[in-house]
Amino acid sequence: MLITAAIVTGIGLGSMYGLLALGFYITYSVSGTVNFSQGSSMMLGAVLAYAFVVTWGWYPPLGLLTALLLCGAYGIAVKRFAVRPFVRRDSNAWLMATVAVGILVDNLVLFTFGKEPRRFPSQLAEMPVSIADVGVYPLQLVVPVVCLGLAAALHVISRRTKYGKPLLAVVQNPDAARLMGINVAGAIAASFAISTVFAGIAGILIAPLFNVNSDMGTLFGIKAFAVAILGGITSAWGVMLAGLVFGVLEALVTVLFGSVYTQIVMFALIIVALALMPNGLLGKAGVKKV
Amino acid sequence: MEEINAKGGILGGRKIVLLRRDDESNPSKGLIAARELIQREKVAALFGGLDTPVSLAIVPLANAEKVPFMGTWAAGTPITRNGANPNFVFRVSAVDEAIVKYSVKHYSAKNPGMILVNNPWGESNEQGLKKALTAANMKHAGVEKFEGNELDVVPQLSRLKNSGADVLYLVGNVGSSSQVVKSLDKMAWKVPIVSHWGPAGGRFTELAGPSAANVHFVQTYSFFGDLSPTGKRVLDMLMKKYPDYKGPGDITPAVGVANACDAAHLVAFAIQAAGSTDGDKVREGFYKIQNYDGLIKKYARPFTPQNHDAVTADDYVWTQFINDQIIPIKH
Repeated sequence: MLITAAIVTGIGLGSMYGLLALGFYITYSVSGTVNFSQGSSMMLGAVLAYAFVVTWGWYPPLGLLTALLLCGAYGIAVKRFAVRPFVRRDSNAWLMATVAVGILVDNLVLFTFGKEPRRFPSQLAEMPVSIADVGVYPLQLVVPVVCLGLAAALHVISRRTKYGKPLLAVVQNPDAARLMGINVAGAIAASFAISTVFAGIAGILIAPLFNVNSDMGTLFGIKAFAVAILGGITSAWGVMLAGLVFGVLEALVTVLFGSVYTQIVMFALIIVALALMPNGLLGKAGVKKV
Repeated sequence: MEEINAKGGILGGRKIVLLRRDDESNPSKGLIAARELIQREKVAALFGGLDTPVSLAIVPLANAEKVPFMGTWAAGTPITRNGANPNFVFRVSAVDEAIVKYSVKHYSAKNPGMILVNNPWGESNEQGLKKALTAANMKHAGVEKFEGNELDVVPQLSRLKNSGADVLYLVGNVGSSSQVVKSLDKMAWKVPIVSHWGPAGGRFTELAGPSAANVHFVQTYSFFGDLSPTGKRVLDMLMKKYPDYKGPGDITPAVGVANACDAAHLVAFAIQAAGSTDGDKVREGFYKIQNYDGLIKKYARPFTPQNHDAVTADDYVWTQFINDQIIPIKH
């Protein structure tokens, strides 16, 4: 019973970590950079959706869609103002710049949205249902399905469509891709937009299970980055798998050893896992031909 | 403070001026703000806020700079019992141990489990509760921690349930406490919850749902029921000053208002008794306060060199959320 509860809880949590971590995968794969404000992007999705749907009473699909579009625009802005200027100068300062953008956004939301957490109502998070004698909200069952569906869609689009293949070309050789007429800057901007939209979806999915507040993404962002590294940041399936493994292990460690040890054990396990598998669960070492 | 100033101020007509800084619930920012207030603004006394970690960060500074620090909310035991000599930290607020007495008296608790936020506030409560349990010759089912942003607390609660917890001691702010209540709902575990006053600080019923009413939490004051003459006077004053206040239910959080109101008067008395704003003399001034008919109670020598907490367990009010209002529990 204890173990079953942990596994059910862990799958729900892990799929959310995975979804957020997919954002790290997308930008890293296309541009070799990551958006460290991914946790803030998640929070932004939830806060914007709350503002449109709950505060202003918009028709929910319209409110959610608008929130996600704004998340995408935010991703493009992060790329334009916090990443590109530094990458152009071969500087790694985008690392700090994206962290700073996240802190800036968290504080702007704190001042405008307020400090008090708010409830995001959803019929899928009202009455728990029992699965194998473990109570879960229906939304907890929807989350893994949506996350795995998005990972699959990302895989298919990037491998098999005319919109995805240019992204792969940019990953392999940006200069050659540019010579072939591919809009490299546009592809990278698209990758940032997709990553923040994914984070926004994660925020909207989590909001009814959690509370909407300005720092709801902080802990998630850190764990999602750990998951991205653990999965091998160059593999979408690796990242999703790592999210599920991390979520389930986290819940299992808590029920078996106690919550006092959860963070210590989890982050120690990540170090051990990376020492044994430096490229993560499904990642591959980069090959550079000279 | 307006009330004190309207009566002529202190020290022969000097008016009290309130300078405010936002600690953002962040110990580092709280410490920076406190340093600025002490060193640049030269304040006569500091008033602390909601968060124990922030207050614990400020305590060493207040003692080193010899500036009286009055706690108006944060309830961590080591804030006032900080080991410093001389100790410049005083408080008008609750301390941790009352939870154990209440759980035994009303739920016949024999094997309580602790579910505590994973920060210095939770840490200080763990120590205080364990001490109180030892004093009551009781064992406990275990101690589980959760992060302030924890999404699902089912694993921690499952452990406590498995260990036979008959009552839960909850320490967390409004958001995290609501996650505990929602996780209990998912588990369909109907266990009594005795809580610190974290849930009082916001929209607990909105966040936790109908089961919010299952959480019984400590308060130092309620504006509901038969009010003392001081209570009626303060309620009238607040309703005149803030037109949005239509009744006692609108004064939220009542405990913060009541603690701060009495704390401001006691600080003024201490400065008056000191005859100066010199920190060390004001500290001595606190010990000279004799009787004061305050909002929370009639204080009689509220502070001594051995006791820097003006409010004790006998003064607490136990409450629950009924809809959006904090209502005293009648047993």
